[in-house]
Amino acid sequence: MTDKPTQVKREPVYLRLRGFREFGIIIFIIIISLLIGIRNPRFLTLGNFHDMLLDTASLSVLALGMMLVLVTGGIDLSMESVLALTGMVVAMTIKENPHLSPLLMLVLGLALGSLLGAITGLIVAKGKVVPIIATLSMMYVYRGITFIISGGKWVSAYEMPDSFKEMATGRLLGFSNLITIALLVYLFFYYFVNHTRVGREIYAVGSNREAARIIGINSEFITCLVYIISGALSGLAGVMWVARYASAQNDTASGFVMTIVAACVLGGVSITGGVGTVFGVLLGSITIGIINNALPMIRVSPFWKMALQGLIILVAAIVNIAITRNAEKSQLRRREL
Amino acid sequence: MVDAEDRYILELRGVSKFFPGLKALDRVDFNLRGGEIHAIVGENGAGKSTLIKIITGVHQPDEGDILYEGNKVVFHNPTVANRYQIAAVYQQPASFPHLTVTENIFLGHPVTHPTTKRLMWKEMRQEAKRLLHSLGADIDPSATMGSLSVAQQQMVEIAKALSVNARILIMDEPTASLTRRETEDLYNITKKLRDSGVSAIFISHRFEDIYEIAERVTVLRDGKTMGTWKVNEITEHDLIKAMVGREINQLFPKKTVSFGRELLKVEGLYRIGYFSDISFSLRAGEILGFSGLVGSGRSEVAQSIFGIAPADAGKILVEGKEVSIKSPMEAISYGIGYLPEDRLEQGLFLPLSINDNITVSIIDQLTNRGWLNPSREYEISNKMLELLKIKAPGIFHPVSSLSGGNQQKVVVAKLLAARLKILIMDEPTKGVDVGAKAAIHQIMSDLAAEGLGIIMISSEMPEVLGMSDNVVVMHEGRITATFSRAEATQEKLMEAAVKVTRFA
Repeated sequence: MTDKPTQVKREPVYLRLRGFREFGIIIFIIIISLLIGIRNPRFLTLGNFHDMLLDTASLSVLALGMMLVLVTGGIDLSMESVLALTGMVVAMTIKENPHLSPLLMLVLGLALGSLLGAITGLIVAKGKVVPIIATLSMMYVYRGITFIISGGKWVSAYEMPDSFKEMATGRLLGFSNLITIALLVYLFFYYFVNHTRVGREIYAVGSNREAARIIGINSEFITCLVYIISGALSGLAGVMWVARYASAQNDTASGFVMTIVAACVLGGVSITGGVGTVFGVLLGSITIGIINNALPMIRVSPFWKMALQGLIILVAAIVNIAITRNAEKSQLRRREL
Repeated sequence: MVDAEDRYILELRGVSKFFPGLKALDRVDFNLRGGEIHAIVGENGAGKSTLIKIITGVHQPDEGDILYEGNKVVFHNPTVANRYQIAAVYQQPASFPHLTVTENIFLGHPVTHPTTKRLMWKEMRQEAKRLLHSLGADIDPSATMGSLSVAQQQMVEIAKALSVNARILIMDEPTASLTRRETEDLYNITKKLRDSGVSAIFISHRFEDIYEIAERVTVLRDGKTMGTWKVNEITEHDLIKAMVGREINQLFPKKTVSFGRELLKVEGLYRIGYFSDISFSLRAGEILGFSGLVGSGRSEVAQSIFGIAPADAGKILVEGKEVSIKSPMEAISYGIGYLPEDRLEQGLFLPLSINDNITVSIIDQLTNRGWLNPSREYEISNKMLELLKIKAPGIFHPVSSLSGGNQQKVVVAKLLAARLKILIMDEPTKGVDVGAKAAIHQIMSDLAAEGLGIIMISSEMPEVLGMSDNVVVMHEGRITATFSRAEATQEKLMEAAVKVTRFA
């Protein structure tokens, strides 16, 4: 006791930052942006940055929904199909009723998505079907329904009113409306996850289901809820997607679910549950956005693009792990022996 | 029968609970007075945990009544029991490893803003700090639960119970993973709570716990109540008899063995953040006790020697030859075996059969050109079952169906089957009942007599003193003293273990 200083010395900023969970991914984003910027300076312009965020808006919304499911220890593979089905329903609705407000379409997307998510959630929570099996099945079911209701046909740009397409082209304070929507979603969920009881209960269920039960958390409700949320956000992303690309197709976002999972993993979400932050998922989505946006800009052959994407994700994951380990070790070093 | 002033706060009348193929509780009677500390004792599998789960609403009784202050109540679920201010501290902390200490304390009953329902983190953190401080625990409320030691996690669990203003506090083997000092802190806290009117139900295998703090003791055996006594009216001897229905005379069957050659020598072992400058030697026939507070680095040293988390510097010599052990597989190839403290997570494959668990580490020795020889396998398992007196219907039953003590024996059987030279046993009798404990001690003594070297990490002072030939004491990652069997006393060990006072 006597030889220890009474006041703990403040550590230098870079050391304190090392303990920060998202530090690794931030470093990665900076490094890769600089490298790409050297090869093509246009990458580092504000205009390009805006385009990249615009492309990432739907992904980031989807990743948020996936994160909450992953935090409970589940996974929602049906997200891409919920997106496609909702997008199709919304597109067909707006085609028949062009006078309807785009805002109403967003509400419709959220509502339909929630309903589809609730069905999946009930199968997992009440039916006790393993999440990966339940959501894989629903992925096919919802995709199938998309084909059935559309009769296999697309809804194309000329069939949609300008008011609807303005959701993507219109700007607020210089940012595309889609970016604003994603930002609002993030602000809402940041509050929900960190400052509401139900938000924390999601983490509790993912961290230790039995202990959650003992303190009286209704884990069936929480499980169902996260699928409703992922469904709702898929629905919302569906409307955003259709507005952005001005078309609703039957195979919209087919195979996209793995990109969503990748964004989560890059953002530090644990596949085994209990761990994941809203900020981390945002960074993870942006990383994917950068990779997608930058590779064509530095003229990577389209044949190489996919393999390179995979490699970059792998490197980012490794950098992330290395930095987390390093932070742990430096924390240990400070212990006295 | 009941004095006028003796009002029971909680009473169980003829409570039974059936599980498939098992009568866990058989018309159990139990009562608890206001401001009383009531101990429940019994062997593993006697029904203590089931009884607790009925009181906390996790299980519902199949027969019988629960009375709260004389009125019949039904605890449909844990939330209802919480409403009656019943809180429990479980044997294995039922916590959320990924969440902070503050959250672990308040998740079931968070402090929220009266109108917006926003969680009031600042207030909760302050309250958590206050609660932990009142327990004398130096724990950061913002720390992640998973980064704490078991003892610290238990303190958080107690803080959690305090935070709901519990009137009935249930503690399921709270001292099992605590050191002497932490145990004494816990005694004081429990007594303080009792004086403020809280009733406590205390489950423990350690009689010193019972005589130290309890007023009354209820004994369970095979799901039945054997009786309730005032602790000053029953001797330890009679208590054991009531528990096991037989007498156990010799608790520490340590044989005197002359030591053989040096099996293991450790020089200047160092691992960043965990331990430093660890040197000792182990000879054939020797039981080397590792004493010290929980968190003093004992288990970490063991894990480094076994290759789970290799050391950063220092030498390990096996039979005089310097070796580099980077994985448990290498350690086993040098004849080193390890019995982990956390047998459920590290020691057993719960859904697999007893046979599979025992033979898993020697499976390659039982094969003939890649084909497994089942009869050899069954022979070994059956021999172990008999040798260690494992109570099980047969070797094909899943380990998950056994009681704690018998599970521990299966872990020991797994080690024995591997024919090792050096055994590292981390808390070999933790959470095990008196009978199984004596059996495990007997096995350890026999193994040493056969020429094995055993390193025994133990937080139980009588066990260390009773079983070790030599004792090494650790404190905050360093060896502070080494005693021979003749030199070692409780006082000396404790002195070395607490060398520097950590708390003001």
